[in-house]
Amino acid sequence: MTALMQTGVGGFLSRFEQLREHLPGDPGQRIAAADAFRRAGLPGATSGRREEAWKYTSLRPVADAEFQQSLASFAGDSALLPRLPRFDAPRIVFVDGEYRPELSALPPAVNFSRFADHAVFGTLARPDSEPLVALNTMLAEDGATLTVAEGIDAGLLLLVSLATDVAAFHPRHAIHLAAGSRLTLLELSLGDGTYLHNPVVEVHVAEDAALTHVRLQNESPAAFHLSTLYAEIAERGTYDSFALNVGARIARTEVHARLVGAKGIAHLNGAQLLGGMQHADFTTVVKHIAPSCTSRQTVKNVLAGHAKGVFQGRIEVARAAQKTDGYQMNQTLLLSPDAEIDTKPELEIFADDVKCSHGATVGELDPDQLFYLRSRGISDAEARSILYAPSSQRRWMRSRTKRSAKYWRARWRTGGRGRSHERHDPSCPA
Amino acid sequence: MLEIRGLSAAIEDKPILQGIDLTVPQGEVHAIMGPNGSGKSTLAYVLSGREDYVVTGGSVMFDGRDLLAMAPEERAAAGVFLAFQYPVELPGVGNANFLRTALNALRRSRGEGELDAVQFLKMARAETRRLAMPDDMLRRNVNVGFSGGEKKRNEVLQMAILRPRLAILDETDSGLDIDALKIVADGVNALRGPEFSALIITHYQRLLDHIVPDRVHVLSDGRIIRSGGPELAHELEAKGYADMVAEAV
Repeated sequence: MTALMQTGVGGFLSRFEQLREHLPGDPGQRIAAADAFRRAGLPGATSGRREEAWKYTSLRPVADAEFQQSLASFAGDSALLPRLPRFDAPRIVFVDGEYRPELSALPPAVNFSRFADHAVFGTLARPDSEPLVALNTMLAEDGATLTVAEGIDAGLLLLVSLATDVAAFHPRHAIHLAAGSRLTLLELSLGDGTYLHNPVVEVHVAEDAALTHVRLQNESPAAFHLSTLYAEIAERGTYDSFALNVGARIARTEVHARLVGAKGIAHLNGAQLLGGMQHADFTTVVKHIAPSCTSRQTVKNVLAGHAKGVFQGRIEVARAAQKTDGYQMNQTLLLSPDAEIDTKPELEIFADDVKCSHGATVGELDPDQLFYLRSRGISDAEARSILYAPSSQRRWMRSRTKRSAKYWRARWRTGGRGRSHERHDPSCPA
Repeated sequence: MLEIRGLSAAIEDKPILQGIDLTVPQGEVHAIMGPNGSGKSTLAYVLSGREDYVVTGGSVMFDGRDLLAMAPEERAAAGVFLAFQYPVELPGVGNANFLRTALNALRRSRGEGELDAVQFLKMARAETRRLAMPDDMLRRNVNVGFSGGEKKRNEVLQMAILRPRLAILDETDSGLDIDALKIVADGVNALRGPEFSALIITHYQRLLDHIVPDRVHVLSDGRIIRSGGPELAHELEAKGYADMVAEAV
């Protein structure tokens, strides 16, 4: 077992120096990414510099954490295994970022290859402007490349990440949907202890194809989950995503969606349910490049304890993107006086015939409603849970796959980890 | 069973209750009447534990326990029920689930088993029919889109299902037509018995024709200025509050 490494930017760079001879893929891109990462550093951890995109989220705790940067050994009787969803569906399972065939059940209709075997960095990710993408490009060792052939409906596929204490891993995933194909991808991230999960995902949706992407981030309460996703949607293609963030000490869900063909659709919805000292940042950029595209985004935060939520959403409408229909909403419920939300919805419109709206609301539980429930004998915690459950539940009920909705409701019932408040029992109204 | 001694309470430093003494023995129904602003609703809220009222003096004992030291849900578990003057809407919360959650919370606190959905619905449907309420009231969200009368009837339905030992009805009769008033009164009368007490807060004597109280108290300026039998309500109706307040001074 290797000794604990030096921390922070230097730790990741020396890890790269150790590994660089063995890393798959184009070494030139690795070196360029390392240079970019050296220049940028970890946002918030480098003194003096404060990038606008990272105004509300500091990665200093990531820089201070000690990671053992080799792939950890993982016992087959790990306590993590029972936390995998029990329903029978094809699954691709990674442990500390490494593909595990013995835990996986490959999908019949999706072509799968490992990044470790065929390392291609893709065309969408921008290591030069995103420090975490640079870190990923520098150190990515494995990941899933998924391809659905033309006209195929590939059904449901699970992409699972299990993590163990002190691991740091940077998976590189790519998803290609050929023309007219369909896939529902349920992505689960779970783990134990303090670790860094820093995935980069590239999504290509071709003409008339549709990807439903459901992401459940239920990492350990001590973990760091920093994900960056790039999606490019062609004519009449649909990228329909919903991300539920309940775990991690610090989480960042960053999504860049480009609507490059007419009548494309992008849904970037999410919910963040946080308590304790959790911090979760939901940052999105939707670029309407082609005309007559639709983007929809509703992100809800429910924040208890000292939790902090961040929403940064930008819709950019290019001059050519006439008849754009864009909607963006961030709604936050603060359950405690110490919880905090920073919300920044932005529109940047260069076309003149568009329909775009955005907004943000921040509210607390209505004390009259709370008292009404308590006066009927319902405990304070249960009453709070009843009052905030409906809106969050409606959101994932709308999820296109019943099985993932069921899985989520089960997570809700058992309570995410790191919550400081109790959860409501199954009789709670839907 | 309910003993209020020298109770004073304020909201935002404004004194509302200024030394109330009132005893409601077990099995009795008492009415509290009084003009607007006399403190009737404040008394109801203080008894049920609303946090924005500050108790500045006195004590309230319920079955020998210090009611004021208990959280609202503990008071409910002890058997206190407030029928709200303005029932609260709970969008997204179904009435049946709400009622079952409340009933099961009370049952748990009494060490009784919980009712499952089937057992509960059977019982709840029987109560809705008895109160001449449409069945779909259970399916709708709590008080959302209910008319004023429906909201009040929903309070009585909750009371019928939760079976309190002390019901406080805060102007449950206001805004009701004659038929609805009769239904509400029947709901209360059905619960009357040696284990049930009630404090009925009202402006008008009308409701007291249907729920005949054991005692009537007149509240003015945060104090009880007169108490008497049911005939006091009729006297009030004839004289008006102003005369009675003037007499009492």
